[in-house]
Amino acid sequence: MGQVIAAATDHGHDDGHHHHKETFVTKYIFSTDHKMIAKQYLITGLIMGAIGILMSVLMRMQIANPAEPNVIFEALLGKWAPGGVMDPNIYLALVTIHGTIMVFFVLTAGLSGTFSNFLIPLQIGARDMASGFLNMVSYWLFFLSSAIMIGSLFVELGPAAAGWTVYPPLSAVAKAMPGSGMGMTLWLVSMAIFIASSLLGSLNYVVTVINMRTKGMSMTRLPLTIWAFFVTAIIGIVSFPVLFAAALLLIMDRSFGTSFFLSDIYIKGEVLAHQGGSPVLFEHLFWFLGHPEVYIVLLPALGITSEIIATNSRKPIFGYRAMVASILAIAFLSTIVWGHHMFVSGMNPFLGSVFTFTTLLIAIPSAVKAFNYITTLWKGNLQLNPAMLFSIGLVSTFITGGLTGIILGDSTLDINVHDTYFVVAHFHLVMGISALYGLFAGVYHWFPKMFNKMMNKKMGYAHFWLTAIGAYGVFFPMHFIGMAGLPRRYYTNTNFPYFDDLADTNTLITYFAIATALAQLIFVYNFVSSIFYGKKAPANPWKSNTLEWTTGDKHIHGNWDGPIPHVHRWAYDYSKVNEDGEYVIAGQDYAPQHIPLQDGEEEMNH
Amino acid sequence: MTAFLIILIAALFVIALWQISKIVQLGKSPEATGAQGEIANDSDNDRHGKYMLYFVIAMYVMMIACFIAYKDFFLPDAASAHGAEYDNLLLLTTVVIMIVQFLTQALLHWFSYKYRGKKGQKALFYADNDRLEFIWTAIPVVVLAGLILWGLFSWNDIMDVDKHDDPLVVEVYAYQFGWKVRYSGADNTLGDANVRFIEGTNVLGIDPTDADGKDDMVATELHLPVNRPVVFKFRSQDVLHSAYMPHFRAQMNVVPGMVTTFSFTPTVTSEDYRATDFMKRKVSKINEIRRQKSKELEAAGDVALDQYDFDYYLLCNKICGASHYNMQMKIVVESEEDYNEWLKTQTTFESTLANAEN
Repeated sequence: MGQVIAAATDHGHDDGHHHHKETFVTKYIFSTDHKMIAKQYLITGLIMGAIGILMSVLMRMQIANPAEPNVIFEALLGKWAPGGVMDPNIYLALVTIHGTIMVFFVLTAGLSGTFSNFLIPLQIGARDMASGFLNMVSYWLFFLSSAIMIGSLFVELGPAAAGWTVYPPLSAVAKAMPGSGMGMTLWLVSMAIFIASSLLGSLNYVVTVINMRTKGMSMTRLPLTIWAFFVTAIIGIVSFPVLFAAALLLIMDRSFGTSFFLSDIYIKGEVLAHQGGSPVLFEHLFWFLGHPEVYIVLLPALGITSEIIATNSRKPIFGYRAMVASILAIAFLSTIVWGHHMFVSGMNPFLGSVFTFTTLLIAIPSAVKAFNYITTLWKGNLQLNPAMLFSIGLVSTFITGGLTGIILGDSTLDINVHDTYFVVAHFHLVMGISALYGLFAGVYHWFPKMFNKMMNKKMGYAHFWLTAIGAYGVFFPMHFIGMAGLPRRYYTNTNFPYFDDLADTNTLITYFAIATALAQLIFVYNFVSSIFYGKKAPANPWKSNTLEWTTGDKHIHGNWDGPIPHVHRWAYDYSKVNEDGEYVIAGQDYAPQHIPLQDGEEEMNH
Repeated sequence: MTAFLIILIAALFVIALWQISKIVQLGKSPEATGAQGEIANDSDNDRHGKYMLYFVIAMYVMMIACFIAYKDFFLPDAASAHGAEYDNLLLLTTVVIMIVQFLTQALLHWFSYKYRGKKGQKALFYADNDRLEFIWTAIPVVVLAGLILWGLFSWNDIMDVDKHDDPLVVEVYAYQFGWKVRYSGADNTLGDANVRFIEGTNVLGIDPTDADGKDDMVATELHLPVNRPVVFKFRSQDVLHSAYMPHFRAQMNVVPGMVTTFSFTPTVTSEDYRATDFMKRKVSKINEIRRQKSKELEAAGDVALDQYDFDYYLLCNKICGASHYNMQMKIVVESEEDYNEWLKTQTTFESTLANAEN
């Protein structure tokens, strides 16, 4: 182990510091420095997140008091809430844009974009990404697509409202709903640009990880964060183009009269000319991205958590090889399970059997990961920093949300819970809340590296506990209203007296949602005020092993002021002791990656 | 019970806030200076380790409370032949996942508490154990294999629509925003149909030249004879819909441009289902809620809500536009005689066409 020597990475600017003159524009706007791009991703993602969460609060308020006037609706929705009563089309638009923003703009770009950019060069010992320019283009395409998506909220007939999955014909036929006009066009344009951005980013990450590792950084010495980002990028490259194809074909059906997804449609008194297409084809194409997307969202969060749990437990991550293997297994399986979203779509039932099988297979590597996290905590010396609390919280919600996946992944059981609130509860816990916890954990952990300042830990603790209580308060009871057969995406449930006794629970969930959303303001305040007034961070506040903590506190393009450090060990030599029971480096319980093996120390087979 | 839960939750929030204010005060101790003050120290570890323990206990209480308070939310016993099998599999799966949930959450939070950091405490360098990892890979494999096998057998059985002799063939037709039913008449064969035939009273687009369609009957309520297998043919005229019949554990998407199928055998008549203890309790609870609501409405000068009595329903479960939330159809399961009686009152497609010409 550890014999593999990676290609040397001294690419030209290894001769250290050459301070070319930076203007405001090259430093903060069109920057090619991966650290600045990461911060741009983070801040854009957080702003999009605030919008997405606000939308969910509006939806919850509508569900708690259906079709009742509300001054907040009147103020925020204007003509779409005449007299303060929300319009049903706008409810669906909120559902759609909330989903789109949270999945793509916050948890894909905001999470993976931020931390892949920030950590890949720093943790593998590279001066920057393979192509700083492409990286910059990637961010600005993301910015453009965000702007278009937000812009679509202001068009005459409202934004896209066919659900974040935009199934045709609803999304394809402008007569089917107001949101399928201009709003849908902008949605598709925005997503096409987003996919371009994501692909540029992903290609860059893959090339960088493969080619630019510092001397001694073999693949098996990579921190798990990098493994997660690397594999995530590969899944993105494999699956995003398929969504691009689906979006393109949908644009053709909408605007150029083709019939990829449309056939035999009679709407508003008129038969459409489209003939021979199939909406089920779109579902296949969409979910071929849509399901891997879940892991594109989740794997970076799990990578971040692995790193933070090991550091704060002062222990090596348990089963490093098993962790890498399960990342690879999840990545592979994630591309062959998409059909479990389509058990009752009308596809051949035999396919349903196949997808049930592959879906339940993916539970195995997921279970291995959960067990390994728990074992990493065992007999540790846990430093319960806010980042660590969020990581433990992630493991908790990942288990709770993952287990209900066993019900949904079983084609038989899916029949009766498909598209109910049970599904909403499941995926919000397992990918929404878990990935957000990963995002928060990452911010708390690497904030000192990003801004050279410390975040306030008391506010961090308050943020965690309120969020943890609120998240379970929202999503645990939600399973039960789903079990009652309550469909999702209903503007109001009052047309079914059978659901009358669920109303109190829905109100309870709304209270929790509002409280949890308000708790996020603590984070916003802490984030902003710490950037300006936080205490100056020490070089290595969490006593971590990885390379990013060796750069010193000067933020320069090129990361290391002097030569790039070489790597002599894996990233998890925490509390490693010699045979006499002393730490390998006397007096400190960690041995950073750039420290050579000490006298008499053995590099173990991990 | 829900009121109790709300109070419990509110109390938890208040406790959380109170503890937080305590943290803020404790944090003002003189030792916390400089950047070190923002890194967890022994007292932080101690406090939050304990909170982890309290959290998992509160979580257990919440989970148990939910199962007790919301036990009425679970759908009553299935009213279809395959439904009993479905319910058993669901019960078994739920029990398995709740056991795993209880154990793993306990370990996770207990370790967070037990091994909270202290000065001088040495963590154990423990990087690998092949046997352990083998065990916890093998256990999920075995458990999941069992669940998968059972699930797959049920699935194949449920989805095999050709297994019945002489099933009743019924078309369920979806449009924005409602449902129609087409009975196949004496020949038990549905006539060909396409949206291009939609004209005047022929709202389902039945092919007027197809002899099979002459005796078809279009209705706005789904009536089914008890204990006779039904094969549903689903058709949509505009966008995707989903025909969801929760009490029969049945659901299938309705896709424009193709015919999808699902089949089940209803086993309990509407009347018998209404008379079960569960349903009587549920309906009286709902009516109590509606009475309270009506009082408020009347006080505000609005119309009171109707008294509710249970009927099976079919609802749309795939986002389909503005009135998606109110796209429903009543289902009546009745004895063979009552069903035939009702069927006689329906008009055949042939006479509908004849009437239209007059």
